[in-house]
Amino acid sequence: MSVLITFIQKAIGQAVPILFGATGEIAIEKSGNLNLGIPGIMYMGGIAGLMGAFFYEKSTSAPNGVIGLLISFICALLASAIGGAIYSVLTITLRANQNVVGLALTTFGVGFGNFFGGSISKLAGGVGQISVATTAEAYRATIPGLSKIPLIGPVIFSYGFLTYLSILAAIVLAFFLKKTRIGLNLRAVGESPATADAAGIHVSKYKYIATITGAAIAGLGGLFFVMDYMGGTWINNGFGDRGWLAIALVILALWNPTRAIWGSVVFGALYILYIYIPGLSRAIQELFKMLPYVVTILVLIITSRRNKKENQPPASLGEAYFREDR
Amino acid sequence: MQEDLAIELKNVTKCFGEVMANDHISLSVRKGEILSILGENGSGKTTLMNMISGIYYPDSGTIKVEGNEVTIRSPKDAYALKIGMIHQHFKLIQILTAAENIILGRKGPNRLHMDQVEQEISELVHKYGFELTPSQKIYNMSVSQKQTVEIVKILYRGANLLILDEPTAVLTPQETEKLFDVLRNMKKDGKSIIIITHKLNEVLEISDRVSVLRKGKYIGTVETKDATLESLTEMMVGEKVVLDINRAETTKREKRIDMRGITVKNKEGVKVLRETSFTAYSGEILGVAGISGSGQKELLEAVAGLQEIESGEILYYSPEGKVEKISDMKPIDIRNLHISLSFVPEDRLGMGLVGSMDLTDNMMIRSYQEGKHFIANRKKPHALAEQVVSELDVTTPSIETPVSRLSGGNVQKVLVGREIASNPTVLMVAYPVRGLDIHSSYTIYNLLNSQKIQGVAIICVGEDLDVLLELCDRILVLNGGEVTGIVDARTTTKEEIGVLMAGSRKEKKANA
Amino acid sequence: MLRESAKSREPFVRMVKRDRIGTKKAIGIRITAVILSLVVSGVVIVKITGQNPLEVYEGIVSGAIGTDRRVWVTVREIMVLLLISVGLIPAFKMKFWNIGAEGQILVGGLVAAAIMIYAGDRLPSWLIIVLMFVGSGLAGLIWGMIPAIFKAIYNTNETLFTLMLNYVAMQLVTFCIVFWEKPVGSNTVGVINSSSGKGWFPELFGNSQLLNILVVSAVTIGMFIYMKYSKQGYEIAVVGESEDTANYAGINVKKVIIRTVMISGAICGIAGAIIVGGCSHTISTSTAGGRGFTAIIVTWMSKFNPFVMILVSAFLVFMQQGSVQIASQFGLNQNASDIITGILLFFLIGCEFFVTYKVEFRRRNRG
Repeated sequence: MSVLITFIQKAIGQAVPILFGATGEIAIEKSGNLNLGIPGIMYMGGIAGLMGAFFYEKSTSAPNGVIGLLISFICALLASAIGGAIYSVLTITLRANQNVVGLALTTFGVGFGNFFGGSISKLAGGVGQISVATTAEAYRATIPGLSKIPLIGPVIFSYGFLTYLSILAAIVLAFFLKKTRIGLNLRAVGESPATADAAGIHVSKYKYIATITGAAIAGLGGLFFVMDYMGGTWINNGFGDRGWLAIALVILALWNPTRAIWGSVVFGALYILYIYIPGLSRAIQELFKMLPYVVTILVLIITSRRNKKENQPPASLGEAYFREDR
Repeated sequence: MQEDLAIELKNVTKCFGEVMANDHISLSVRKGEILSILGENGSGKTTLMNMISGIYYPDSGTIKVEGNEVTIRSPKDAYALKIGMIHQHFKLIQILTAAENIILGRKGPNRLHMDQVEQEISELVHKYGFELTPSQKIYNMSVSQKQTVEIVKILYRGANLLILDEPTAVLTPQETEKLFDVLRNMKKDGKSIIIITHKLNEVLEISDRVSVLRKGKYIGTVETKDATLESLTEMMVGEKVVLDINRAETTKREKRIDMRGITVKNKEGVKVLRETSFTAYSGEILGVAGISGSGQKELLEAVAGLQEIESGEILYYSPEGKVEKISDMKPIDIRNLHISLSFVPEDRLGMGLVGSMDLTDNMMIRSYQEGKHFIANRKKPHALAEQVVSELDVTTPSIETPVSRLSGGNVQKVLVGREIASNPTVLMVAYPVRGLDIHSSYTIYNLLNSQKIQGVAIICVGEDLDVLLELCDRILVLNGGEVTGIVDARTTTKEEIGVLMAGSRKEKKANA
Repeated sequence: MLRESAKSREPFVRMVKRDRIGTKKAIGIRITAVILSLVVSGVVIVKITGQNPLEVYEGIVSGAIGTDRRVWVTVREIMVLLLISVGLIPAFKMKFWNIGAEGQILVGGLVAAAIMIYAGDRLPSWLIIVLMFVGSGLAGLIWGMIPAIFKAIYNTNETLFTLMLNYVAMQLVTFCIVFWEKPVGSNTVGVINSSSGKGWFPELFGNSQLLNILVVSAVTIGMFIYMKYSKQGYEIAVVGESEDTANYAGINVKKVIIRTVMISGAICGIAGAIIVGGCSHTISTSTAGGRGFTAIIVTWMSKFNPFVMILVSAFLVFMQQGSVQIASQFGLNQNASDIITGILLFFLIGCEFFVTYKVEFRRRNRG
């Protein structure tokens, strides 16, 4: 039983960054932008949050966790929003190919994260690894009392606030897309920018806002990873391929944020399943790590066969829009 | 005086690269009037209207709405000025409902209450007598239903000036009448309407005044009551043209293509051809008429081997007397039987030619596989390109120019020239003169006639009934994928064809 | 009053598509972008290191071509990047977004390493090398064929499919590392055949890189001819422009899609063999090292022209090698080069807009 509880907890721990990434990417893709820069953006969000907390904790002798949390949260949002802004300028205003810009942004973002993660303490004149224990503590704080309830406590109430925020973000996005006017307009932009434009919707503005906001949400996935999962430290390439998994999750969820919630838990579970199945050799464990990708490929194939109109990617995904193009 | 004008354009000019699409155009629309803008394809009608509706921005000139000079930067600005345009290609989002499409981009409380919106739309629909279910998704709708959504959308936004771009192209004569009734209702309501068209009869029927454009230039405006078919034609074309196509007479008439009970489904599983049968003979032009999307495209593609056929068969009778079953064959199989089937598809740059390739590479599209070499032979196609350019008077900077840079008429000459060059026994053409000026059109008609004299069996899909009546020997009429009749072009009338184009659809509905 | 406010609302900046652009002007725009990117990345480096910018640029040049060895490393890296980019040409020309080069390189490298390991004691080196080329090509071919088949039959999105396959390939590599580990417990393969040198590309005429250069040059020239003159190259171009036209032309579209991506995958697979046999002599998850992604950008920016590709690859590799040097010179970590590459790419990608479009500012006194 306790193994199962631990498994669920760990799976959720894996799920949160992927869910943040997927929620952000859904917001972006709904505007017609296929942002392959998400992995890079998540690195940028993570390292910026860590740096914010690091400089704050270094500047004062008795750092306060809540202030550290606020500073790092804002830094993460800003840095990942800047990533989204770079992508937006290049693809929306300068109409560059989205795949190419996304890949370049990922190269840049991963390099950015690893570079500062690896050298920031040296550059700041110190030695050794960065560690922001006080701030991380604040991120990992749970509601006192509730987490002590048997069974429900550890499964539902044992997480830091970012976990709940990730679910909330997905639900809010789903509501926004379905039930609000701006959400309807955004879907229209992603389906057919020319139609949206003719209806008086400012296509570029929507694309910019969706892309930058989506990037900021995705960046929180990186922040969760360094603060909550890693406890305020950095390992180069530690974040790994979670950014790509987030993009995969968008497909698995068929562009529906609420589906991404349970989808992320499935991914999280598949990601660590090998640890919890007894008697696996190391080689077989490596094969188990393929599962999330193989499942995504299967979903991709199945949805392309079904061809149901509502389950397809936004119709203009990947294409630049220019009103006067003839 | 000024107060009476809904909109006034002065010296509006727009260039695309080196092409002058609109050259200092000035015209105006009064309040509560229907103005037709008449012009041939490529005369700049749509470009001009796109500038009023904010799609394009003029290079120079001024626009006044209700007496005030305005800047229309985007469709949003146009809406703010109560101007709405219904485009030829509907701007609707397939996966959304009619109501969602209608409120798209509208201001209002951010929280959506669709039932309330649908209620409002229903009221509007009743007021003008449309038929529309607001909660229906667009991808489930027919063409005329989609057009209704477009018009209701504009009205819902409170437009006072409506611009309709070739609204009747996709409608049956009956649906057209209904549309005109609605337009008259709106006019009574005090709304101003601009209709872009090249159909003279409709101009005379519906509009109060007519403004004519030709090759991007403004020619003049006349009161409809003072206009005649002839006077409008002269204004539109620029010289007195005899609208007369010599129908070549031939004697040798042999069976070439025999289509028997062909049924074809599209990707969505809808039948687009139902039990279609006809015979095409050598030395004859068989016209195909019908409102757009009645199965014309699929009919030609089925013969060409480009459609998956559900049931039925297509037989080819060669001049030597052999009979081949060509249904279930791919184009390459047909060619391997040495059957020379030429096909000029409707979508010239999307199917018949590759826009980004030069003339030589386009000449070899249907023949590049000839010979056993790994390397493609470009000598023959190059020579053919030069031949087509000189024989058909193609205006092009060089043989190495991408065909997308050529004008519409020259693109069509390149395509038709290539298809005729293979000495076909059957020649299929879809909308061969669409987008062409009068002179290029006649070049094409003459080419078709000379092919007919040489004993080629020609199948010609057209949209202008007057032209079909003069050019063809027989006319096949399609409706909803069914052949509703095959009539003798020498004896039939436009009215008879019009009934066939729409008539049987009504029967169908009664049955279903 | 009203009129004036109307005037001022006229759009300030408008983008107009250029009809055509002079070669000189196009090159001018691109050179400007390169210079701007150098300035910006220079500023970034200076900000971080606090060093004299001239010293920084000197460091870059010295890092890339400062010693004979560095020159050859740079050349070697250019060759690998060029080969992958060339491999991507047919797929991209067909508008098949193969972003799975990374995975295709990995499986190619994996098979090459397997051949080195298992045949190392039994076969002569030349035969091993031949087998490595064949085997890695086949592996890449299969890795490309899988998404191509689904694209051809179900129109399954190839961008996401090939992307996912990269990670499947990575896990295959970690799976094999378990068996090939050396020394045991290190979780790395170490240098394969370090004593015998079996399967290592030999020196030709005293040059260790000549075989690489020859292979890559041959593939590049071959690809140029294939795309420009062959019937298959013509088919690829037609399918890329429009499937309707391809069907009309009698081209078997499914066959062409599968065949073309197989060729693309095979070349990327061979790149894996060159990395393993000609450079690193080992295999790990970072054997491809992001080059599969960088190559996509190279191919796209070169507009499928293999000779422009040489220039772009050379520039990127030069800067990368240079910034690696900068990093070690100032005691920073090597990821600095990714940041520099990113900045260069942003400028190079962005400048293409100004080649295609003209920016017009508001004119006064229009009439």
